[in-house]
Amino acid sequence: MQLYLPIADIPVNVFLILAMGAAVGFVSGMFGIGGGFLMTPLLIFVGIAPAVAVASVASHIAASSFSGALSYWRRRAIDPILAAVLLSGGTIGTALGVWTFTLLRSLGQLDLMIATSYVVLLTTVGGLMFWEGLRALLRARHGGAATTKRPGSHGWIHGLPLKMRFKRSKIYLSVIPVVVIGLVIGFIGAVMGIGGGFILVPLLIYVLRVPTSTVIGTSMVLTLVTMVFATMLHAVTNHLVDAVLALILMVGGVTGAQFGARAGQKIRGEHLRLLLGLLVLAVGIRFAVELVIRPEDLFTVRETGVTG
Amino acid sequence: MTARLTRLLAGLALGFALAVSPAQAERLIVSVSNHRVTVTPNYSGEELVLFGSVEKDATTPANRNYDLVVTVAGPRADMVTRRKERRFGIWINTDSRQFLKVPTYLALFSNRPFDAIASPEVQRRQQLGLNNVLLTQRVGPDYADVVPDDAFRSAFVRLRKQHGLYREETSAVTFLTPTLFRTSIPLPAEVPIGTYNVEIKLFADGALVAKTDTAFEIVKVGFEQFVANTARQNGLVYGLATAFMALMTGWMASIVFRKD
Repeated sequence: MQLYLPIADIPVNVFLILAMGAAVGFVSGMFGIGGGFLMTPLLIFVGIAPAVAVASVASHIAASSFSGALSYWRRRAIDPILAAVLLSGGTIGTALGVWTFTLLRSLGQLDLMIATSYVVLLTTVGGLMFWEGLRALLRARHGGAATTKRPGSHGWIHGLPLKMRFKRSKIYLSVIPVVVIGLVIGFIGAVMGIGGGFILVPLLIYVLRVPTSTVIGTSMVLTLVTMVFATMLHAVTNHLVDAVLALILMVGGVTGAQFGARAGQKIRGEHLRLLLGLLVLAVGIRFAVELVIRPEDLFTVRETGVTG
Repeated sequence: MTARLTRLLAGLALGFALAVSPAQAERLIVSVSNHRVTVTPNYSGEELVLFGSVEKDATTPANRNYDLVVTVAGPRADMVTRRKERRFGIWINTDSRQFLKVPTYLALFSNRPFDAIASPEVQRRQQLGLNNVLLTQRVGPDYADVVPDDAFRSAFVRLRKQHGLYREETSAVTFLTPTLFRTSIPLPAEVPIGTYNVEIKLFADGALVAKTDTAFEIVKVGFEQFVANTARQNGLVYGLATAFMALMTGWMASIVFRKD
């Protein structure tokens, strides 16, 4: 069934978009990530203008993460205090990111910047997660008792001042690294146009030692707030949010996210991390290949608007 | 800089006027099948038909063989063509050219190849064929069109052609009788919204003998128009509504799929 999108100005197959939304929603519900780094390239591939894709995906991620967050909330798998502290840093980071974005655009090479940071971030994060997941899996198979909380894992981060108790997560640590992580995610999200969940989840697990039980739900709250914010910003500044496209993506996305969240609860933590690592790594490699291999067409045409 | 462009265009316009004025023996009467193409949710491209006839008067030489060229130009916009090059092992955009106020849709139809219709000089002056259409580029501080085989110009035309937005067909115009003609104007789905100018030029013995214009518009109506207008004029309300819609969708899904 074809449907004409009012902002993107092209007709699309509704079922294709629904399926794409559901697939990405499943992944996002399972791992507690926004899935923007998967959805945006998919939409561009279907023929939607990159700017419209980025803007509309933000609202899709907001819907997906809200439905996911609600179901985690009922399972008491969200740490509201941790989320609030992360958000305080995230807001500052987002503002800094938007400022940097404008600066980079005035300098020219923004596209290249985005592509290379995708490659670097995705391959590093993906690679590390995959490696860690693999090791944890091997340990579990050979050594029997495998736990993420090992003795002596309390590093310098846990020696920082301004300590605070995060009850739901059962951790006691300094506010400083939490705010800094929020800031970094906000910054990266604004510059690269992604929610940043796939970086946040491993940071929370490995750096802050947040237990797997609350990490996904809490990360979803952060994604939700930043994406609602991003939707508003895109709508006010660029007028490029396609509500019809967003709605189709949302309906597919929230459905997928529900099943994803349920599947995620059934899978063991190590397996989950291994899978997410593989996925992130694969996308990173795909971006790397695109940069290295000679493109099919060396030329590209882009509309730059109408000058008076 | 703009003054230079204006002078150039004014010169061109004067050229047209001089070319047309001496022979006014023929008159063109044309019509498009639909002057207002409406974009609705199930819009997926359309095909218009242009038909017309050549009216003769007493001074018209008998048994003249006519040729017809139809140029359809969509709304104009600035575009940039970029070229990738290998630097430090990766492919990056290195060079680019800006095309100023070029048609977003451009179609040239005729009844036989342009070379058979007129001399290269006339083809250039009358902008017959994609190679001769004026596509203004910003070249440093200057505005000019370049030779047709310029790498950026040909890449630009080729890419637009791939999307069906630029087209050239030298057998698309059919003469039903020696004076009655028709041609179809295919509009692909991703055709830009706006006003389309249609220019019809009649040639006889390699010279332009008559010229006329018509136009049609592609507009969004109903729901499409409402969404597009709200997004443009009330960004904040639109953003709030979209964000609210996102939250409602998420909330409803969690109710529907609740397992207890």
